Amino acid sequence: MSMTTGEAEKQEEVAGIRARRRARVAWVFLSPALIVTAFVALYPLCDTLYLSLTNTRLGSEEPARFVGLSNYVELAHDGFFLDALLLTVLFAVITVMLELGLGLGIALLLDTRFKGRGAVRAAMLVPWAIPTAVSTQMWKWMYNDVYGVFNDVLVNRLGLVSEPIAFVADPRTSLLAAVLVDVWKTTPFVALLLLAGLQLIPRELYEAARVDGATPLQAFTRITLPLLRPALLVALVFRTLDALRVFDVFYVMFGSRPDMQTLATYAHEILVSISDVGYGSAVSTAIFLVIAVFIVIYVALFQRREA
Amino acid sequence: MNARALARRAALGIAVFCLVVYLVFPFGWALLSSFKTNAELFSTPARFWPEHPTLEHYRQVLANDDFLHAALNSVLVASSVTLVSLAIGALAAFALGRFRFRGRSLVLYVVLSMTLFPQIAVLGALFQLVNALGLYNRLPALTLTYLVFTLPFTIWVLTGFLEAVPVEIEEAAYMDGASPLELFTKIMLPLAAPGMVTTGLLSFIAAWNELLFALSFMQTPDKRTVTYAILSFSATTSSAFEVPWGQMMAASVLVTTPLVLLALVFQRRILAGLMAGAVKG
Repeated sequence: MSMTTGEAEKQEEVAGIRARRRARVAWVFLSPALIVTAFVALYPLCDTLYLSLTNTRLGSEEPARFVGLSNYVELAHDGFFLDALLLTVLFAVITVMLELGLGLGIALLLDTRFKGRGAVRAAMLVPWAIPTAVSTQMWKWMYNDVYGVFNDVLVNRLGLVSEPIAFVADPRTSLLAAVLVDVWKTTPFVALLLLAGLQLIPRELYEAARVDGATPLQAFTRITLPLLRPALLVALVFRTLDALRVFDVFYVMFGSRPDMQTLATYAHEILVSISDVGYGSAVSTAIFLVIAVFIVIYVALFQRREA
Repeated sequence: MNARALARRAALGIAVFCLVVYLVFPFGWALLSSFKTNAELFSTPARFWPEHPTLEHYRQVLANDDFLHAALNSVLVASSVTLVSLAIGALAAFALGRFRFRGRSLVLYVVLSMTLFPQIAVLGALFQLVNALGLYNRLPALTLTYLVFTLPFTIWVLTGFLEAVPVEIEEAAYMDGASPLELFTKIMLPLAAPGMVTTGLLSFIAAWNELLFALSFMQTPDKRTVTYAILSFSATTSSAFEVPWGQMMAASVLVTTPLVLLALVFQRRILAGLMAGAVKG
């Protein structure tokens, strides 16, 4: 059936009106979320950026002044900040490597068939579900230099060391103590993510590789790793971003110990304990920048490999 | 069965055993410790099983008003933030999942980048906002600010759920003269119910586990949440010891058990939600 031009135009017009009406309806449904997001995230983000350029102090008599980049200049010379930056990056690199390695091992283990696999997968959620603040306390008790179970095993049962180790207090083991808690808590998540990726790999590929005489190691490096790459990348990005903003483990384990501050605990201390909102906002913004730098590095690395 | 297959099975068994011990030992040790008397806790060499199991630590924790306040506060904050983000998030997900309009991908992009957003980056400004609203040391401050991390996630996962609904269902509803609001409440909401359970659980757990904002915006002991309270556990009754580890472990078990049970009961849903959040990101 043919339409006259007038009818077609009219239909188009009706469709246009309908599309516009539907778009309006969509924005109405979106509006509560947009208002909340603007209020608790976008505005505070811009405000933090602005505050970092001022000398705002909470409860200060004199009005806040715009001070340009002087907070950032101060940051560059702030030994505590630079130490925190170094410690945070070190922590991120160590934990992410351990979590990806261990997570991959666990994922491969859970990808094999055995009785009780469902139960083991359920047990993976135990460390994840426990609040970090609480699990850090549990680990602190295990680390205890006199009554802790680790020292008990190392000194009394195995006799590996003669003197108990003060895992948390001793600067040589402090970072390790924090790393182990984080690895324990988040490796299950990495493993589950990688397991989901493994299960997407068609079994026929392994079958074909075996027929062609490939060793299990070859199958792993030529099939598993390349096909698992998307899942590995997601885990890598997620874990890195999370590790760079680490707060709970360090705050609970070390409190305000000067040599064990991360970027986030340092920002919190300056913002809340000292109420120096201007400088603290500069530290917050610096965390944001550090995370941005990591994202840029990752994007650059992966795009080059893809090309 | 040949020797090689047997060795393989044994190795697998040992690996699985080690994995399970690794996963549950810290919680298990806290559980065992919470039933030990102080004499047993503070003795060397350590004993594995409590020889004289006692509920004394639990009795002390449950007689501690600050702890009970904290538990109640955590329930209130976590439930309220979950409900608010489900309500707002479902509306937004309906718009993003079922409508095509200009700006949609921008909104989705903002939502996605917010799920990766470091809370600390907005702490300074939120601190000022909370003070300006007169919410300092009041629980609504937490309900409001926790939306920073629960809402984007809720929107993201629910949008995925609603996108998957076949378009025929929507067309049939419009043919029957349903308005968009009716389509949302009568058809989409029930279809999204499993997704709401998943995201609700994840929001609740995230809010229950939060420490930084609670630490920054709450002050007096009656306003603390459980993660904050567990830090400030001071020697109230067992002053002979520097840290009342027995009480601390009892309190840890009390605030953790509900979450562990939730996670185990709803493990399928939680796994699906975690993966939806991560894989799509």
